[in-house]
Amino acid sequence: MADGFVKQLTVFIENRVGTLEEVAKVLKDNEINIYSISLADTSEYGLLRMIVSDPDKGSKVLKENSFSAKATEVVAVRLENKVGTLEHLFNTLSGAGIGIEYMYAMATSKEGAMILKTSDGNKAVEVLKGDGFGLLDEAGMFNL
Amino acid sequence: MIWNETKECMSRDEMTALQSARLVKQVNHVYHNVEFYRKKMQEAGLEPGDIKGLEDIEKLPFTTKADLRDNYPFGLFAVPKSEIVRVHASSGTTGKATVVGYTRRDIDTWAESVARCITMAGLSREDTIQVAYGYGLFTGGLGAHYGAECIGATVVPQSTGNTKKLVTMMCDFGVTGIMCTPSYLLHIAEVIREMGLKDQIKLKSAICGAEPWTEKMRLQIEEELGISAHDIYGLSETMGPGVACDCEYHKGLHVWEDYYLPEIVDKDTFKQLPDGETGELVITNLQKEGMPLIRYRTKDLTSITHEKCECGRTAARISRFKGRTDDMLIIRGVNVFPSQIETALLEAGGVAPQYQIIVDRVNNLDTLEVLVEMEESSFSDEVKEIEALNKRVSHAIQQMIGLAVKVKLVAPKTIERSMGKAVRVIDNRKFD
Repeated sequence: MADGFVKQLTVFIENRVGTLEEVAKVLKDNEINIYSISLADTSEYGLLRMIVSDPDKGSKVLKENSFSAKATEVVAVRLENKVGTLEHLFNTLSGAGIGIEYMYAMATSKEGAMILKTSDGNKAVEVLKGDGFGLLDEAGMFNL
Repeated sequence: MIWNETKECMSRDEMTALQSARLVKQVNHVYHNVEFYRKKMQEAGLEPGDIKGLEDIEKLPFTTKADLRDNYPFGLFAVPKSEIVRVHASSGTTGKATVVGYTRRDIDTWAESVARCITMAGLSREDTIQVAYGYGLFTGGLGAHYGAECIGATVVPQSTGNTKKLVTMMCDFGVTGIMCTPSYLLHIAEVIREMGLKDQIKLKSAICGAEPWTEKMRLQIEEELGISAHDIYGLSETMGPGVACDCEYHKGLHVWEDYYLPEIVDKDTFKQLPDGETGELVITNLQKEGMPLIRYRTKDLTSITHEKCECGRTAARISRFKGRTDDMLIIRGVNVFPSQIETALLEAGGVAPQYQIIVDRVNNLDTLEVLVEMEESSFSDEVKEIEALNKRVSHAIQQMIGLAVKVKLVAPKTIERSMGKAVRVIDNRKFD
């Protein structure tokens, strides 16, 4: 995996009662922990995006259970829990002409992280690092 | 009311004699003018002289939709192209259209067929008739239109689409007759109710067809609109709407036997069946010049009776249709084959050719939903990518069948399979 990125597990969620439960059960049965979760919904289906303890294994076991699942790379930016950090993050990205495809938060009591998918991942990593943002890797992620 | 008493009430002897004479003439016509028929007859060891009358018809080979497709576009035309004044086309099983051609006399024959049907429904030159079938390559619109003009009625070529406008004009013009699909008429009835115009409409009669409907639905239409509703049958291959229609007694659809020779054959052995037994309807064009079909297998299942009807007509009657011998669906009057969906999916790419078609009827309008399995490689973590795939697939299907469709993407290998074979079609509409 490229430097500055972490792996996200994405799962296609059909719009019917019980699908999310089935996903959670497959992950539970395979001892995979979920650290952060976000659900994008459309009128017909949902996309469940997660940061988990083992995204590759998660993708494999979900596929074995007839789910569409995929591990893709996203950026996890450390954010201090104080006023203005999010504005600073957006300012850095928009200043470099980078758009955000989607984002969701991963928070703890002291500090959090923003999971980002941008229009240009490599450039995002570069400008964020250049502006003093801390990027999480997989190991760092789980120590938050 | 009877439009053409001579033909509609002809004695059986006279009708048989007329059919025999026309059959002999038609067989000669196609043998000498259509290579396809000549070859087919030669392969069967037949010469035109072997067909001396109706009693010899079983010697002749059948014609199928595949033959129309194989001879696309004009291979089955029996007259020089200069004699053809119009073509119509309908969708074929693999996306290729089947084309039919009409001479000027064919257009008149067709109009006469429909005129008999409209008259049977109690309408005349004093009436104003709205034609609410689609106009275009589909035979519904123009077929109904020419028939209504033939009887001298005032025709409103409404076509389909803007139902409120249709209802407004129905009131303003004092429309007394309507021709459309039965499901559309039920939808129109609903709009009339919503607009609070029920006591302002002057509708007396409806002639509905192009899709299967039940006696229950016919009675529902009659009750809701306070009119008489008639079932008209036809298929573009043998002309269009107007092959048969039911009279005020509603005991089967009278076939215009002087034009369309009906046979009922066993769906497995293809041998002629006696009156009352259910089999596949086979039609021979006795009068058509442009593209006459000999023993065309309609794939529609029905039975026939030659008994004289209480209405006075002797024209044979076929029963309400009991299904089809193939997997063709009729959705909003449009013929749809599941294989067309498969072809569209392969063209669109990004999805497996695994699908499930769900047809339903919501507020009396047919809905079409197609469940499609996403390919693993086209799955994305971005909503817009999946939306784009969905749009591409919907577009491909719509292009293929000419109907709006709702595509629902599902995960790979999730479409129900029974006995190792996917259940391709779930039709939730009730036809019995």
